This record gives sequence, C-alpha cells and structure tokens, in this order.
Amino acid sequence: MLPAAAIAWKYVLAGTPEESPNYNKSDHWWSMLIDIPKCIGCGNCVRACAAENDVPEGHFRTWVERYHVDDWHMESPQVISPDGGKEGFPAASEDSGKYFFVPKLCNHCADSPCTQVCPVGATFISPDGVVLVDQTYCLGCAYCVQACPYGCRYIHPEKRVADKCTLCYHRITQGLTTACCENCPTGARQLVDLKDPNDPIHAFLKTHHVQVLKPQMATGAKVFYNELDGSVR
Amino acid sequence: MSLSKDAGHLFRFAFLFVIAFAVFLVVRHFVVPKTFGEYGHYRGAAIGEIAARPLHYAGHDTCETCHADVAEAKKAGKHAGVNCEACHGPLANHAADPSIQPAHLDTAVLCIRCHAASAAKPKDFPQVDAQQHSGGLACETCHKPHSPAIQTEGAK
Amino acid sequence: MNGVEGFMYPNEIALQWSVLIVLYPYITGLVAGAFILASLERIFNVEAVKPTYRLALLTALAFLLVAPLPLQLHLGHPERSPEMYFTPHATSAMAMFGFVYLWYLMAVLVFEIWLDYRRDIVLLSQSSTGLLRRLYRIMTLGSQNISPRSLAIDRKVGWIVTLVGIPSAFILHGYVGFIFGSLKANPWWNSPLMPVVFIFSAMVSGIAAVMLLYMGTTKWRKLPIDMPCVDTIAMYLFYIFILDFSLEMLDLIHRVYEADESFRSLNFMVHTRLYFSQIVLQICIGTLVPIILLGIVQVTKLPPFIRKRIYVVAGCLVQIGIFAMRWNVVIGGQLFSKSFLGYTTYKMALVTKEGLLVAIFLTILPLCILWVLLKLLPPWPDKDHAPLPAATPAQ
Repeated sequence: MLPAAAIAWKYVLAGTPEESPNYNKSDHWWSMLIDIPKCIGCGNCVRACAAENDVPEGHFRTWVERYHVDDWHMESPQVISPDGGKEGFPAASEDSGKYFFVPKLCNHCADSPCTQVCPVGATFISPDGVVLVDQTYCLGCAYCVQACPYGCRYIHPEKRVADKCTLCYHRITQGLTTACCENCPTGARQLVDLKDPNDPIHAFLKTHHVQVLKPQMATGAKVFYNELDGSVR
Repeated sequence: MSLSKDAGHLFRFAFLFVIAFAVFLVVRHFVVPKTFGEYGHYRGAAIGEIAARPLHYAGHDTCETCHADVAEAKKAGKHAGVNCEACHGPLANHAADPSIQPAHLDTAVLCIRCHAASAAKPKDFPQVDAQQHSGGLACETCHKPHSPAIQTEGAK
Repeated sequence: MNGVEGFMYPNEIALQWSVLIVLYPYITGLVAGAFILASLERIFNVEAVKPTYRLALLTALAFLLVAPLPLQLHLGHPERSPEMYFTPHATSAMAMFGFVYLWYLMAVLVFEIWLDYRRDIVLLSQSSTGLLRRLYRIMTLGSQNISPRSLAIDRKVGWIVTLVGIPSAFILHGYVGFIFGSLKANPWWNSPLMPVVFIFSAMVSGIAAVMLLYMGTTKWRKLPIDMPCVDTIAMYLFYIFILDFSLEMLDLIHRVYEADESFRSLNFMVHTRLYFSQIVLQICIGTLVPIILLGIVQVTKLPPFIRKRIYVVAGCLVQIGIFAMRWNVVIGGQLFSKSFLGYTTYKMALVTKEGLLVAIFLTILPLCILWVLLKLLPPWPDKDHAPLPAATPAQ
C-alpha cells in the first residue's frame, strides 16, 4: 500500500505554480545558521546543492573553505577550497596551528548591495527574506556579481544570466529544508526562520556567540556563523 | 509674431522629442510585465516561478513514510542526525515512483568521504585511516551503516 | 589552478568584465573631453581654439555613436537592454545609462551640432543632388529658414545647450566612475574620488584626441596648422593633466597612508600583475612623459616644428596612458580576491565577442564614422570646391 504522503508527493514533484497554498510569505524571514565546530569538510552540501539546483561545473552556489591558522597569526591564514570542496579536502598532515572549515553561501542580506545595483530590478529580496534572481528578466551585466562582497554570485555559462543560491526557495516554501542542510551529516548547516517563534534554532542564536561574514560591510547578512574565527575572510 | 517664423525649426526639433516620448510611453505600457512592482521593483511572478522548480531530494520525512523501520534503526545509533539522502543521493524520483530503484552504494568509497582521518577535522569526530583501520575492506563488512556502532554482544 | 595564485573565492576566478568594459569608459571619456574642448570656445570664449570647435563636436558624436556597442556585446542578453528604459532601478547608477546617453546624444550633441550646422545643412540641401539631397532635406526638418534672425536665435539657444552640455558631459562620464566608486565590495574601486578622476582623465584624453585629429586632418588637407590654436589646446591639456595627476596621486597617497585591510593585497598586485600597465604605461609613459614634454613647451620658447612634434608625441602617449588607466581600474579591480589572499589572471580572448579583435574594431570604428561625418558635415569650407552659395531667401 502506498502511503498517502507518497501520493501527495507526486504533486509536489510536479512543481506547483505557486508555493503551497498555506504558505504566506509575510510569515517568514529566512536565514541560516552555520555551526563551524561541527563542519567536517565532507563536501556533501556542495554536491547536494549542485544536484538539486543543476549548478554548472566550475561555479558554486555554496562552497566550503578550509582554514589553517598558525598560532595567533590571524592576518595570514592559509585557505584552500579545491573545486569548492565538492569532493572534500585532501587530508591535512600538519598538526600545528588550528584548522577549521567554513561553508559559505549567499548571505541573503537584508540590505544587500547586489539588489541595490541591479539596473532593471532582476534581482531582489523576496518578502520572506530570500534574495532571488529573475532569470527571465536579467540582462547578464554582472554588476551584481561585482557588488557582492562575498563572491557568492556568478554568471551562468549557458543561461548567460546571474545565478546564485536561492536558499532552495522551491523547497523551503513547501516545508522542506534546503538541499545543503538536508544533506549535512553533522547538522553544521541549519535553516532558520527568524519569524517563526517555534523555530528550534532561535534558542541557539540567543545563547551562542554568532557572527556574520564581513560585518563592517553592513549588508545585513543573515547567515550566522557559530564560533567564526577572526581570520575568516 | 515673427518669432514662430524664425524659431519654427526649433519647435519642429522639440516636436520630435514629444513624438518619441509618446511612443515610449505607449510601448512601455505594453512591454512592462503586468506583475512588475507587485512586491517591489521586480516582476512579482518571478517568486512563484522560482518556487515551482523541480525537486531532486525528497527530504528524510518523505523517506520515513515508507522506510519507517530504517528510521527506527537509525534513531538509536550514531547516524541519527544523518539524513537518508546524504548517503543515498537525491531520490525524489524514487519517492514519486518507487519502481525506480536507487543505486546500490559502495561503502568502501562512501564512508571515507566523512570518516577519513585528517588533522583538519574536529578532534571529537570519529575518523580513521582506512588502510590502517580495515586494510581497504568495505566498511559494511563490520559496520551497519544505519546504526554503525559495532555491537560487542547480541550482534544484529 | 590555472593562473590563480593564493586563494580566491571559487566564483571570483574568472573575470566578469572584459576589455570591452575597459573600452567603454575610454570612449565616453573621449566624448566628454572633446565636448569640453568645444565648450571652451563657446562658453569661455577662448577664440584661439575656434578652428577645432566643429571638429570636436563631430568627434564627440562619432565616439558617442559607438559607445553602447561594447556594452551590448558584453551583456548576456542584449535584447533585454530596453528594460533599462522601461523599468530602471532608481538605486542603480547603471540604470541611468540609457537616459543619460539619450539625453546627451539628442538634447545636447545632436541638437548643438544641428544648430551650428543648420545654415550649411540648408544650403547643402539646395546644392546637392540625389540621395544626399534627400538626406540633407530630412536634416533640415523641413525648415529652410536661415534668415539672420533665425541664425541669431540658433546661436543663443546653442549657447544654452553648450552650457547645459558641460554638466551633462560630466554626468555622462562621471556616472561610470560612480558605478565603480560606489561599490563597497571592491576596495580598488571604492573611492569618492573615482568619478572625479574619471572626469579629469576624460578631459585629458578627449582634448588630446581632438588636438591630434585637428593636426592630422589639417595635414591631410595640406594646410598649415594654426599654431596659436594648438598651442592653446596644449596649454589647457597641460593644466588639466596636472589636475588629473594630482587627483590620482592624492588617491594613491591616501591609500598608502591609511593602509587599510586591503592595502597589502592591492600593493602586491600593483607591484606584480599590474606593474607594466600601471607603473610603466599609465604613470611613466602615459602621464609623466607627456606632462614633462608639455611643461617644457610652456616654460621655453621652442620653434613651431619642434612644438608640433612634441604635441603629437604627447597626444599619443596620453591616449595610451588614459587607456591604461581604464585598464588598471577595470581589470585591476578583478585581479585580486576579495579575501585579500590571492590573485587571478585575465585571459583576454582573441576572436570571441569580447575579445581583442572586437576591441580593436570598436576603437577604429569611431574614426570611420568620423570620416563619414566630416564628409557629410564639413567643419570647414573646402578650398578645392566652390564656396557655399549665398543664402537663398526662405521658401
């Protein structure tokens, strides 16, 4: 006997023209938590994102960086990201200094500089806090790519328009989590709904020291990093 | 007033601008997408289009509606937080049509992605040197992937 | 990885803006600079440069017509570029391109050229035959009135247009500087001085270009070069260049002194990947040498034949220097990682739509268009042909 859920799944897979009927954009304000001590650099998230979103080879909607900081020399970390960390990382042999992995993605900034510079309104922040690209409207001028301080945008080589992480908008509006969070084996990546009082991550955010990338840019970045080291660029 | 006679050419030039502007307004009315400006300076319909993209990963909740037994076994073990598709790959097509069989996984390759020893990984994370640990044997020879801890008595 | 040194964010490795985006500010810079030279005569009544007035306007027009081409070739979807007219995003400096361009083309340049040439156009519409006659008649907009009063009105209106044209030229080119200068993400570009430096270097390149074109076309017409004219142009060129160089040095000194988080990375980039284009081409060959040459002319009394050669050499070096400046801004801004930990290389293609051959073609094309304009709207009465007939009464 096929469970009802699997039957209903057919409609989900078919792709509904709108989000689920009971999804109200103004009830949500999406964001993500990255728990750095939990990341093992397996690259599952990078592979999952590429599979879920047909990300072209050599371009990345999310990627993982590995940092090696010698003693306290925060101004000169050694950083690698071989193919974005898609196939994981080579084994590190040195034991001196500290190592950690930093997964990165679009920060879905509340005051995003990328949406500010789009000449035609092809990229925007949705009412539920996700920065998206309207790929039928985008000119492919790449101004937004230049304006992003985090390097999370690229021009799609075949579609010739701007492309980037959509926070798996097609998943989160159906009650699922993002592909990267779903496939992270250690729970280092967690989707957060800042407007949902029942979201379990709220407690974590309130009790841990979290930081955003490049806070001096004042972009209103919404991806929070737990235990982000000062050497992270 | 002879001004219009001697400045007539200027009015003609200005007239070109007026015509061009009028044409622009008319074209604009037809060309700008109807949903533009619905939520902000963008095409409102884009949101729905992006939300309608196809899924490749079903999500563990969907897996568990059929595979409740595996979910039970996983819950008690160390892989409780590892979702199904993290190892089994995207299986939304299988969830939609269970006759589509997922590929069988090779644990000799799959497990070391996470568990290969590296000085870079967190110290408290279980990691081994595959050669030293098992001499290259497939991991499922000793470990059950859904609940990997080796039972010392009452083996399953 | 190919051409990458150190660490770059994975999406940063390939450059987004190519040599065509270097060419675009260079071209609009020539437009703005040429127009400023024309306005010297019209607004500031510098009589000496009168022989270059019409040539400067036609030069500006020829380059302005080509200006959108590098942008269109760069866009992923050029067929969507009208969206910038229909739904311009008010917070984007790039969105104003379409409007500023159209305004400058139609309400300033074409309008001013038309007003200044109207008498000639009417006369040519009467004296020419065939297709040309049809073309000139269209250009008269149906009015054959070239009475003294109508021409006086034209001159007055033209003066206002030129006056408005000066800030318009500054906006046409300054907004490009703002496009770069307003990006907080890129410390090489981010500076309030960027639009100002762009404008001043534009004036330098435009004035030098008109000077070269004047000398070239005069030579081609086998006529003597008006020395007071080129001497005056060279003097303005010299002083504006001093201002431009001072602004660029101010930016440099400020950066070196402040030494913010980006400084080490940018400094290394300038000394390695940008060494030839910045230190050698832009600063030494493209700025210091022409300034010294032009300065020598200002403080010594040299015979005309030496001055002419200095002007030609200086003018050519200026073009190289200002193009190098655009290169260093656009390409330089993409060679370093925003992590300040690495560098990439610009692999300029040869035959693709954003490659070197296209860039060369787009640099030559305005000169071809100028040639056509010079034939269509001669800036000077040709001494080989009969002088233009006396004005016939208005029809």
